[in-house]
Amino acid sequence: MTDHHDHDHSELSEIELRVRALETVLTEKGYVEPAALDAIIQAYETKIGPHNGARVVAKAWTDPDFKRALLEDASKAVGQLGHVSRVGDHLIAVENAPHRHNLVVCTLCSCYPWEMLGLPPVWYKAAPYRSRAVKDPRGVLADFGITLPKDIEIRVWDSTAETRFLVLPMRPKGTEGWSEAQLAELVTRDSMIGTGFPRTPGAPS
Amino acid sequence: MNGVHDMGGMDGFGKVEPEPNEPMFHERWEGRVLAMVRALGAAGAFNIDTSRFYREALPPDVYLSSSYYKKWLLGLEDMLIAKGFIAPDEVAKGHALTPAKPLKRGKFTVQDVERIMVRGQFGRDAKAAPKFKSGDRVRAKNIHPTTHTRLPRYVRGHVGVIERNNGCHVFPDSAANEAGENPQWLYTVVFDGKELWGNDADPTLKTSIDAFEPYLEKA
Repeated sequence: MTDHHDHDHSELSEIELRVRALETVLTEKGYVEPAALDAIIQAYETKIGPHNGARVVAKAWTDPDFKRALLEDASKAVGQLGHVSRVGDHLIAVENAPHRHNLVVCTLCSCYPWEMLGLPPVWYKAAPYRSRAVKDPRGVLADFGITLPKDIEIRVWDSTAETRFLVLPMRPKGTEGWSEAQLAELVTRDSMIGTGFPRTPGAPS
Repeated sequence: MNGVHDMGGMDGFGKVEPEPNEPMFHERWEGRVLAMVRALGAAGAFNIDTSRFYREALPPDVYLSSSYYKKWLLGLEDMLIAKGFIAPDEVAKGHALTPAKPLKRGKFTVQDVERIMVRGQFGRDAKAAPKFKSGDRVRAKNIHPTTHTRLPRYVRGHVGVIERNNGCHVFPDSAANEAGENPQWLYTVVFDGKELWGNDADPTLKTSIDAFEPYLEKA
């Protein structure tokens, strides 16, 4: 008899073997080369991530012309930055304001702005978030330890097409005169999804 | 299809559980699955809408009890078998047993990696003028296709307002069935919380979807 721990272990092995078997079949058939799969994984691990979105947000906080361009056509505005990862055609930036908070979800699957934020975290792709965000966003925010004032409008963006959404959070107080690079350090992944706020100056990161 | 993937508004799934310092992949095989899906999609074995449909079509109990990348693996296997790229017994044997089927864009190699790191383009030239403009009141149609659709159940039959025209895009309902791109206007449509969830809804809530023109009728 196997105990629970062994059972878990053998399940993991089973899926690992199944994935390896599939990769072998695809390689033997000449559909893919393993080195190309390695390169894809490496590219995801090194080139994309929330640091890209953070640079865009910090730039919008310091450059009013860029902010205007970003809210008008985010793909175009980010594309012109050059130093940030290239994005596809359909990025939309949505701005938080004192009277309005934006929250992004994909109820049908896991649509997420990969180029800006990296691959989505497990919770973003899982049933609790996908089911509740469109109906009870304040309850969802409470799971992240966030309470919004009662009179703030909450706008939930369900990513049902190939458009992708980036939340432009409000600039934290006490950051007057900060450089873009300093500001980018305050921008968290969750603040660009709408499930968090930027760090405040002096708070532990 | 009215599957369990269409979760908006469902209850009972519990709390959201963020994981501090979450790794990009929890197991090595997850990265391999992601890479295989991206590579074969780029090589032309399937389009993104078809791959979504195969995940949605997993049996409901399997969908709900499988991790994210396990769903990707199961959907990928089913899709490759259905499209004749692999035979059902090949994965079990762990070796190719039948001849390969030509890929639309050929074998995926290291040289192809760069181009897949930018999202595909889904905007297309319009064949007709848009039926709706910003500010128009529209009703999400009460339709229940058994094939792939991006119109979530929780808005069907409800009235919202067009906020923005996002241009003309590949229509997933057609592309998923390999019935062509059939481009359609895509609008951001905003619904009041009370319209969707009744009088007990959060009065400050507005929810939007991006809806293709065939999903909408004048309200």
